[in-house]
Amino acid sequence: MTTKYTKDHEWVAVEGNVATCGITAYAAEQLGDVVFVELPNVGRIVSQGDEVAVVESVKAASDVYAPVSGEVVDTNEALADAPEGVNEGAETNGWFIKLKLTDPAELDALMDRAAYDSYLAGL
Amino acid sequence: MAMNTVGRPTTPVAHDAAAPATFSGAKGLLQPTSLIFETGAIDRTGVDLPPVKGIKPRLGGLARTSSTGNPGLSEPEAVRHYVRLSQRNYAIDLGMFPLGSCTMKHNARLNEKMARLPGFADVHPLQPISTVQGALRVMDELSHWLMTLTGMQAVALSPKAGAHGELCGMLAIRAALDARGQAHRRRVLVPESAHGTNPATAVQCGFVVDEIKAAPDGRVDLSDLKTKLGDDVAGIMLTNPNTCGLFERDIRIIADLIHEAGGYFYCDGANFNAIAGAVRPGDLGVDAMHINLHKTFSTPHGGGGPGSGPTVLSAALAPFAPVPYVVKRADGSLDLIEHEADSDGEPFGRMVAFHGQMGMYTRALTYMLSHGADGIRQASEDAVLNANYVQACLKAHMSPAFEGVCMHEALFDDSWLDGTGVTTLDFAKAMIDEGYHPMTMYFPLVVHGAMLIEPTESESKASLDAFIATMTSLAQAAKSGDTARFTGAPHHAPVKRLDETRAARKPVLKWTPPAEISQIAAE
Repeated sequence: MTTKYTKDHEWVAVEGNVATCGITAYAAEQLGDVVFVELPNVGRIVSQGDEVAVVESVKAASDVYAPVSGEVVDTNEALADAPEGVNEGAETNGWFIKLKLTDPAELDALMDRAAYDSYLAGL
Repeated sequence: MAMNTVGRPTTPVAHDAAAPATFSGAKGLLQPTSLIFETGAIDRTGVDLPPVKGIKPRLGGLARTSSTGNPGLSEPEAVRHYVRLSQRNYAIDLGMFPLGSCTMKHNARLNEKMARLPGFADVHPLQPISTVQGALRVMDELSHWLMTLTGMQAVALSPKAGAHGELCGMLAIRAALDARGQAHRRRVLVPESAHGTNPATAVQCGFVVDEIKAAPDGRVDLSDLKTKLGDDVAGIMLTNPNTCGLFERDIRIIADLIHEAGGYFYCDGANFNAIAGAVRPGDLGVDAMHINLHKTFSTPHGGGGPGSGPTVLSAALAPFAPVPYVVKRADGSLDLIEHEADSDGEPFGRMVAFHGQMGMYTRALTYMLSHGADGIRQASEDAVLNANYVQACLKAHMSPAFEGVCMHEALFDDSWLDGTGVTTLDFAKAMIDEGYHPMTMYFPLVVHGAMLIEPTESESKASLDAFIATMTSLAQAAKSGDTARFTGAPHHAPVKRLDETRAARKPVLKWTPPAEISQIAAE
């Protein structure tokens, strides 16, 4: 399983042709306490960079972009009742959506962990 | 010497540091309050009226048999309930209210006196037109003032708030585009420093929003604007002065660019108090702008009264102004155009059931007439002067977000709090302990930990100096490591720091009778 990161602080972990996506721990910390997560319907087709979810914290509401193109095959419904899951495990149990990849080549342009860490260090 | 040994002692009594809890829950003369449903008894009545005779119920099986659930209080219980609540509230009548972008100015008592005249206060919206000529005259004169101050061709008085006025202006723009056969123009440009209501309004009207970046000086990035123009652009929504408290110097260029691209210019008038009487938005190329009577023209708000957001329109948009509006008949009498079919223009519809906030019209016109055009200009100039005085005096202790003079509000970021362990939120809570309503915080979003202070022209120099001294003292305390004073604040307010996270995650939106709660618990 490989995990990649975007400049907008989404992560995407790929297993076979399914990508699990969420926001990074850095993003969750910057947002502060998350109070609401709006997720897309299963079956929606998204292109890389599309607004795919909304995350709302005590500070602000932010759009979450699809890190890669694909079809939404699953969403983390637990976040509806327990949005704090994003703060507790942004890169584990706090995942947002699962996408069936349409263009795996898109992953190549994203950052790996080391590249993302150095990107964060430069912010 | 005669010693009185039985009188009241006059020596000061030492106070313990921690106040003991009281049996009643009161804090001194500040009374505890419960919800109105928990005061008195449900379905009891506080007024005794004789039973009405000779009534034959004709509802049959439709007659209500269950309780209405209305609270039942005697008059003194009801009065005390609301007075107790009011004692927990903060108001411009109590002290300075430096909430940025809200223009919390003094609500002159003359406005209230005029609005309470029976000829204005007791009219009904369905009265015959011939009996409300005075009220129509108020609406007509107010319209004249608003159009003159803004240099615009028409005004829709009826919108009932700023955002409602935005909706009115954007619906007029949409109607104008549709009338030109350009319904494909659906993209609205909004700077990232805009009030949140701007993009929300655009979306509500069926437009899509395209964000324009802010330049490093806090103003619109012209080059970014130019790249976003196109033949699908419906218009731009811009606030001037903007939410950073800065005048958009390039506003004429922006207006020309948007007009050349075939779009319209909506200006958010929330910050009109900085320029009223000095600048006419119509001269800047604005096509539509709402005016918050409850900000610039001193009608009450913030828990004190309804808003009112008349929207002025340029010649291009004037034909699409909504009904109703006032017209003058040949005999000099005033009338209302209530239906689209009776209009000479092409009204896009109507915004409200009747005619808008009559009480606010009377108050705003009173403010205008008592100030005069020169007085309105002076009020704006004083508002700008006061904000710059605050900025200049606090500059040494806090960090202004942008260089140079500001308009009617002073904006600071939180870089001066770096390393103190105190956040903008903590600082705002400590202001409550000091008896001030906090400034606007964390807005605009383009400034980190923003603190937006709008003193308005209502504050005297003495009042501003007291505020500045308090802010300076707080700033020094934060920097000297007195963190607990901030992170635990407010220490002196009736309600301590609220758990905003829990309130947002697990909101309780409905009152549940105690009996039901115990019933649910038992199940």
